[in-house]
Amino acid sequence: MEKNPMRRQLAIMRQALFDQGYLDEQFIQLEELQDDANPNFVEEVVTSYYRDSARLILKIEQALERKPFDFNKLDGYMHQFKGSSSSIGAKKVKAESTLFREHCNSGNGEGCVRAFQQLKQEYATLKKKLEAYFQLARQAGPMETACRPK
Amino acid sequence: MTVERVISETKDQFPIGMRVLAVDDDPTCLLLLETLLRRCQYNVTTTSQAITALKLLRENKNKFDLVISDVHMPDMDGFKLLELVGLEMDLPVIMLSANGDTKLVMKGITHGACDYLLKPLRIEELQNIWQHVVRRKKFDRKDRYNSGSQDKPHTEAAGIGNVDQNRKFNKKRKDQNEDEDEDHDENGHDNEDPLTQKKPRVVWSVELHRKFVLAVNQLGIDKAVPKKILELMNVEKLTRENVASHLQKFRLYLKRLSCVATQQANMAAALGSVDSTYSRMGSLNGLENFHTLAGSDQLHNAAFRSFPPSGVLGILNTPAGLGMHGLPSPGMIQLSHVQNSGSTCNDQSKLQSFVISGNHNANILQGMQMSLELDQLQNNKGVSHIGEQPTANNTTVFPVSVSLIDARITGCSNNPLIGIKSKSLMLEGSSQQATLHASASNLRDSVSAMGYQNGNNLSDFTSVAPAPNQLWDSKADLQGQACPISCNAGQIIRSAPQELNDPRKDAPYQLNVLCSINSSIPVNGAMVQLGQCLDRNNPILCRNMDLDSIGPPNFVDPLSIKHGEGDNSALESSAIEKDGYLIVQPRPQGSYIPDNIGSLEDLANAMMRREQDKGKPANGDFGCNAYSLRTCI
Repeated sequence: MEKNPMRRQLAIMRQALFDQGYLDEQFIQLEELQDDANPNFVEEVVTSYYRDSARLILKIEQALERKPFDFNKLDGYMHQFKGSSSSIGAKKVKAESTLFREHCNSGNGEGCVRAFQQLKQEYATLKKKLEAYFQLARQAGPMETACRPK
Repeated sequence: MTVERVISETKDQFPIGMRVLAVDDDPTCLLLLETLLRRCQYNVTTTSQAITALKLLRENKNKFDLVISDVHMPDMDGFKLLELVGLEMDLPVIMLSANGDTKLVMKGITHGACDYLLKPLRIEELQNIWQHVVRRKKFDRKDRYNSGSQDKPHTEAAGIGNVDQNRKFNKKRKDQNEDEDEDHDENGHDNEDPLTQKKPRVVWSVELHRKFVLAVNQLGIDKAVPKKILELMNVEKLTRENVASHLQKFRLYLKRLSCVATQQANMAAALGSVDSTYSRMGSLNGLENFHTLAGSDQLHNAAFRSFPPSGVLGILNTPAGLGMHGLPSPGMIQLSHVQNSGSTCNDQSKLQSFVISGNHNANILQGMQMSLELDQLQNNKGVSHIGEQPTANNTTVFPVSVSLIDARITGCSNNPLIGIKSKSLMLEGSSQQATLHASASNLRDSVSAMGYQNGNNLSDFTSVAPAPNQLWDSKADLQGQACPISCNAGQIIRSAPQELNDPRKDAPYQLNVLCSINSSIPVNGAMVQLGQCLDRNNPILCRNMDLDSIGPPNFVDPLSIKHGEGDNSALESSAIEKDGYLIVQPRPQGSYIPDNIGSLEDLANAMMRREQDKGKPANGDFGCNAYSLRTCI
């Protein structure tokens, strides 16, 4: 177990993210890819994700302002968004994007809008949590190798 | 253990060091993918653009063992990339997507993906992807090469597969007989010596040719190897050798077409209307060319329409290197014939017009091809020229036209190719569209018709093998023979066959290459070149390249665009239906064919002759004459 209190705290924070469903197994994959050669891999990927997905979010927002909705386009954006969200293990965000796509497929404009609002919320929440997490991680110093939660 | 291995160290440690090309427009996913792959100890190259990926792959086909690509990409559909890679480079491709819909997965598989992975990726999944490389290499090797010749004892040599193949083809080229033997062994084909043995000829009907072209397109001009084509075609009783020779012819045809296309382009310039089309075509690379060409059929039509059939003839007359007297006529005849044939006539006329403007022998050929193609495009409306071009589907149908167009575009000014030796080429090159088998045959026929002039069955050749793809056949079949084209073209062609195997740089099909030949390649050469050029573009070309087994008569096919049907007035001189191909024999006195056609004829003759008599240097000893003609279509 972590001796360093900071590390302990970090571990707890991390576990909470999993327990609360913000992150899934995929995040662990990222952690496993982090090693000495790639010490900040997880953070890099997450940063990259937030940077690119921000653009997508913007595009979707703009698309939702144009009526009538171009469901195909929206679906396309969301498909991409879902792909990258799932790559970092953003569980809730991914669930919301699935919902959004369902609404797109059924042509439910209102449903899309609602789902999108939810999605943005989850997206923002996760971002904050991860930012806090990484900040702590940097403070705590090099972590032990991640191990899969049993 | 490495003692017997010749592979490099990396290969020895396979799958470690396996070279993967990863393509994904999403940077996050790409980063993840790259890291995962590196963790598996693969050698990773990444790009976020499909176009860049293609470029990288085309630069050096042997640089990568495997490609992983996302399905959803902005610059190019992942499936399209998949197809292209499979065809051109014959590399295993794994698709990636966040969407796991059965339909999509099915689509991936049908497009040739080795595997379909879902995002998010896990390392476990990637750890086993090397199996695809091994599997492919192993089966290819087994299928293709008969025991051993270049088989590597280790199957893991992922990278070797391609090399092997290439080597094999090269080897084949160098040593045809030997190869044939190998082939025989492999296929149990008793086609031992094409020249000496008269095997029952395989009739490359429109349908068959179309399948061929389709297969070639699917595999990619550069990567189309007989074995694979055969597999894709899935035709009973068709041997690899048949495919090989057809492929060879087709390649020649394509080459020819490209040259012709260049010339045509020149003509087009003259014509004005088609310019854009042509240039468009010229720029097409690889498969795209086909489509474009197909699409441009309207242009053709337009262009053709403006031209009176006679125009075509005129072109044929261009002495550029045609030397063959007869050729031009046949070609012309066909062209004109085409026009007559019916709806396709338009096309034909166009072709002809092109041809005419081109003023090159090559043009003529091209024209012929074009017409052939056009015909096809026209859905074979009574197009006799191509014989039974089944499809009018532009994309596929027109091998001939495509090739022609390409030829035009390439601006090969040396039409001589076309007329000449390229006769065979022409035929072959023209068909880009793989499916244009039929058209290829038509072309071939027409080519051959042209060839007939010389009295040889060249007419077969002339038919402009529509199947550019077909021409690909790097098989030695043609190689030996096509190469002989005495003139530069010959060289080019010669090399072409060999190169057929090689991933020809992705220059829009060899057309450009051929065109550059400009040198008035002696008939034979021309032909070959065209074929080569055409290869790329026109899969259809000359399937007739079945040199080994096809006797001159075979050539006729391509062009034999059913001359019989329409008013063969023009063709009558030599429209000979052979094997379903209409061999248009350019009447020497045929009004149409001015001397220019001679080149075509020469080519055809050369081709045919080659077939018949290797030793005999038919126009420029393009043995392939016969081939080209025939296979072309």
